[in-house]
Amino acid sequence: MSKTRTLTYRDAIREALREAMQRDDRVFLMGEDVGRYGGAYACSKGLLEEFGEARIRDAPLSESGFTGAGIGAALGGMRPIVEIMTVNFSLLALDQIVNTAATLRHMSGGQFSVPIVIRMATGAGRQLAAQHSHSLECWFAHVPGLRVVAPATVADARGMLWTALQDPDPVIIFEHATLYNEEGEIAAEGEFSCDLDKAAISRSGRDVSLITYSGSLSKTLDAAQRLAEDGIDCEVIDLRSLRPLDDATIMKSVNKTTRAVIVDEGWRSGSLAGEISARIVEQAFYSLDAPIERVCSEEVPIPYPSHLEKAATPQVESIVAAVRKTLRT
Amino acid sequence: MPSLGADMEQGTLVEWLKQPGDIIHRGDVLAVVETQKGAIEIEVFNDGVLRDCRASPGDRVPVGEVIAILDGDDVSGMSIDKPSVSAVPSQAPVPDKPLSPGPRVTPAARRLAQQIGLDVRNIAPDGSGVVGLRQVQASSTETSPPKVQPAGIDFKAMRAAIAAAMARSNREIPHYYVSSDIDVTVFMDWLAQENARRSVADRLLYAVPLFRILAGTLVDTPELNGHYDQGTFSPAQTVNAGIAIAMRGGGLVAPSIQDVAGKSVDELRISLTDLVGRVRSGRLRSSELSNATVTFSNLGERTADTLMPIIYPPQVAIIGCGQIVRRPWVKDGEVHVRQIMSVTVAGDHRVSDGRSAARFLSRFEKRLTKPEDL
Repeated sequence: MSKTRTLTYRDAIREALREAMQRDDRVFLMGEDVGRYGGAYACSKGLLEEFGEARIRDAPLSESGFTGAGIGAALGGMRPIVEIMTVNFSLLALDQIVNTAATLRHMSGGQFSVPIVIRMATGAGRQLAAQHSHSLECWFAHVPGLRVVAPATVADARGMLWTALQDPDPVIIFEHATLYNEEGEIAAEGEFSCDLDKAAISRSGRDVSLITYSGSLSKTLDAAQRLAEDGIDCEVIDLRSLRPLDDATIMKSVNKTTRAVIVDEGWRSGSLAGEISARIVEQAFYSLDAPIERVCSEEVPIPYPSHLEKAATPQVESIVAAVRKTLRT
Repeated sequence: MPSLGADMEQGTLVEWLKQPGDIIHRGDVLAVVETQKGAIEIEVFNDGVLRDCRASPGDRVPVGEVIAILDGDDVSGMSIDKPSVSAVPSQAPVPDKPLSPGPRVTPAARRLAQQIGLDVRNIAPDGSGVVGLRQVQASSTETSPPKVQPAGIDFKAMRAAIAAAMARSNREIPHYYVSSDIDVTVFMDWLAQENARRSVADRLLYAVPLFRILAGTLVDTPELNGHYDQGTFSPAQTVNAGIAIAMRGGGLVAPSIQDVAGKSVDELRISLTDLVGRVRSGRLRSSELSNATVTFSNLGERTADTLMPIIYPPQVAIIGCGQIVRRPWVKDGEVHVRQIMSVTVAGDHRVSDGRSAARFLSRFEKRLTKPEDL
């Protein structure tokens, strides 16, 4: 029997950061408050003392500036990890990410690659209001040249960083802000790197495929559990990778269950849920026994009051209702 | 006159099911032809209008002879004698009303209904006005009387046809055989559990999931699935499995089920029930007799342990399953009573080697231990 241990998502990220710094001296961490303050979500607490200012670099309030610096360092042979406090702030760095990091391999005819990893928090649920709570993963998942992943479990939080650092091209890691305190079990020791291409079947079932990612995974699993009590057997897919999407796993599941519900904290219009829905219709149309359902965020800036924030985002009740709708019960 | 099997030379036209002037769609049944394998429904592979029926009922027509003329693909632009169609002016405005007030049919339900030959317009929708898989399945279990009286089968002619095909197989195909005794206890236990939660009408014979797993495994072994013709092997895109079905009066046919690997267990159950019923009543469709890419032969309960089947040309493999018997079996270093099935793959040595079949069998065995993946 292999031993396991319990730790939080936050600790898993810190451990992954420390491991990366120890294994590869080209790795350094840069971002707002990552050093002295220990990170907005305390992911890098203690790392400044351990690795020093050269490798744990506090950046000024200029996302475009320090993301660009990270891209430059990556071009120069380093393996930078850039932390952006929240996806809302990453909009200031979109020019660097989309126009530079994602394009240089293409525009240089393959001569240059940008092996940068950009981590950022995303999502609602912590009453941080409309400028710190959005889920814009799909904006990045739209862009060729980027790889976009969303660890929803402690094990993925622990494993994805190292694998991302091995990628010769830019990788964006989205960490949902409600996950940092979540606990999970992982192996006591060993190699934690993990596959970034494949979605995971978090729960297997026969009746309906629930497709989700990131912070919505635990709500979706709770909904599946509640439906199981009524004899409805849900399969839950954790996408893990948002670009590329693992079509094969999605279609295999939908071909089996004939029904799909997509749970996505992004806004419905132009969402990843819309993209996945289109792919299912393109690739598994003849298997569908019900219209595809989407459970997405309401089309409003995410509200500050707790009850409105809950009402605006996918919840167990809305997921359960969507599943029942596909079953026409 | 289409060829409804490698050995067919001529067919007798029994009746026309469409008349000159009828609009024909791909998949429609045009006529019934009597062959050595019984009465076969001839399907059409193009859209168009039936112009001219050149053969009359009772005519014996050699394969390849013209029996009817079908006009073009573009049905809309044609002048047709039937006023119901030609009365529509070509510049008529498209009505902005919904196309049909009928029930809404899900894509999966429509596909299943088409496969088993049901008209979705005759299926009662559920409470929300939708025809889903469940409604089609329920409808398919109600027996509908065949439109045409089943034609008799000439068993003597069928024996001759089997003789011709099998003699050709033994003469031309260098067969190799690879077989394994496989522990199917896990699979049978799963099936018992699965059937316990199903209604009596929906219960599965073990052949259904067995065929589904065989087909799923064949997807990974393309060299056993396809046609060998004039020195060239063409692997097939889907597993169209010919299912060897014994006739009550003696004799054997192996009509095919399309894309077995792409079907759910329940779709396969329905297809198989439908096929067996039509074999027994002598009403097979033309495509079912000519496009199998591999054949499964399952001896079934209380028969014999092992079979060494002969490949049906131009296929390149046939898989034979013996009866399931309880045997002393060593598992984890101890002797247990387990349910064992002997599975034999006959392969065409011009296309594949015993190694392919061995690899197939080991993958198949592995899949049988995870029936819940179906």
